[in-house]
Amino acid sequence: MSDLVLLILAGAVATYVTRISGHLILSRFGAIHPRVEAALDAVPTAVLAALVAPSVITRGVPEMLAVAIAALVATRFSMTATVATGVGTVVVMRYLNL
Amino acid sequence: MITPHRRDVRDGIRDALPVIFAVLPFAAVFGALANDSGFSLSETMLASGLIYAGASQYVMLDLRGQQASAWLIVLAIFAVNFRHVLYSASIGRHLQAFTGWQKALALFLLVDPQSAAGEERAATSGLRPAYYFSYAAVIYGVWMVGNVIGALFGNLIEDPAVFGFDFILLLYFTGLIVGFRTRPNFFWVLLASVLASLLAFWTVGSPWHISIGGGVGLLVAAMLVNPDRQQEPPDGERHV
Repeated sequence: MSDLVLLILAGAVATYVTRISGHLILSRFGAIHPRVEAALDAVPTAVLAALVAPSVITRGVPEMLAVAIAALVATRFSMTATVATGVGTVVVMRYLNL
Repeated sequence: MITPHRRDVRDGIRDALPVIFAVLPFAAVFGALANDSGFSLSETMLASGLIYAGASQYVMLDLRGQQASAWLIVLAIFAVNFRHVLYSASIGRHLQAFTGWQKALALFLLVDPQSAAGEERAATSGLRPAYYFSYAAVIYGVWMVGNVIGALFGNLIEDPAVFGFDFILLLYFTGLIVGFRTRPNFFWVLLASVLASLLAFWTVGSPWHISIGGGVGLLVAAMLVNPDRQQEPPDGERHV
């Protein structure tokens, strides 16, 4: 096996470890404390927000505005409409050189 | 009459459709960059098929280009993917309808949109394998096809930023976050995560802002909950 294939396999194992360990660790405990339960319920919000925050802030004004508008659209309409509105906002603002 | 199984499959595919527009270009750019970095098509497919975590694969290409040692590259992949530990712990509570092997496969497929879509489904209709795996099949399939397209026709793809393709994923995540706005203390969790993420991004640096920002958000959620109100056995006390 080439070095590259070994690297890919090691990367795959490292990634799978991250994807299975949270569940394996948690399932060792029977009942979950309410505070842990609350933290876990917050995982999608907290992690996704932390993931996107720097790119929203550092990309520029058109992107920040587009994200804000898309967030508003998302409260009423579908995901497709949300994404389309956001992309449309950036395209229009870049075209107008704003 | 439409069976619950059929509806799960249909909904899984339907919910995955908007993500295609984000995943396809993301995959094609990886395919093209991997090709430029000297990956054969089969090596690109191996990386995307087995690692299946786009951002960390980009990091792998980048560090390899800088002649970084193998252990450092694997460590970087682990660091970039560390957020999955949290996804795994959270979604694991909603996999009661899955067999052992289905759980093992489901966790292998646990990419960002998959985690969020699974959480959303668990909170609304209940999460069953038919929904989870039909959603996953679309994303995984598009991811692999996009890689091949990028590897074969990579020179035709210009800078993805020009088209705003890279921005689509960000908008999709924004939409997902808004979808969780009815969860307890949503606003405070969001604010804490964003502020901590930015602070970590500018001090410690990427990719740690994800785990640090996420971790602070979880702490806030844990602190703000009223434990007395939630303890209502036998149903309130969940077993994994």
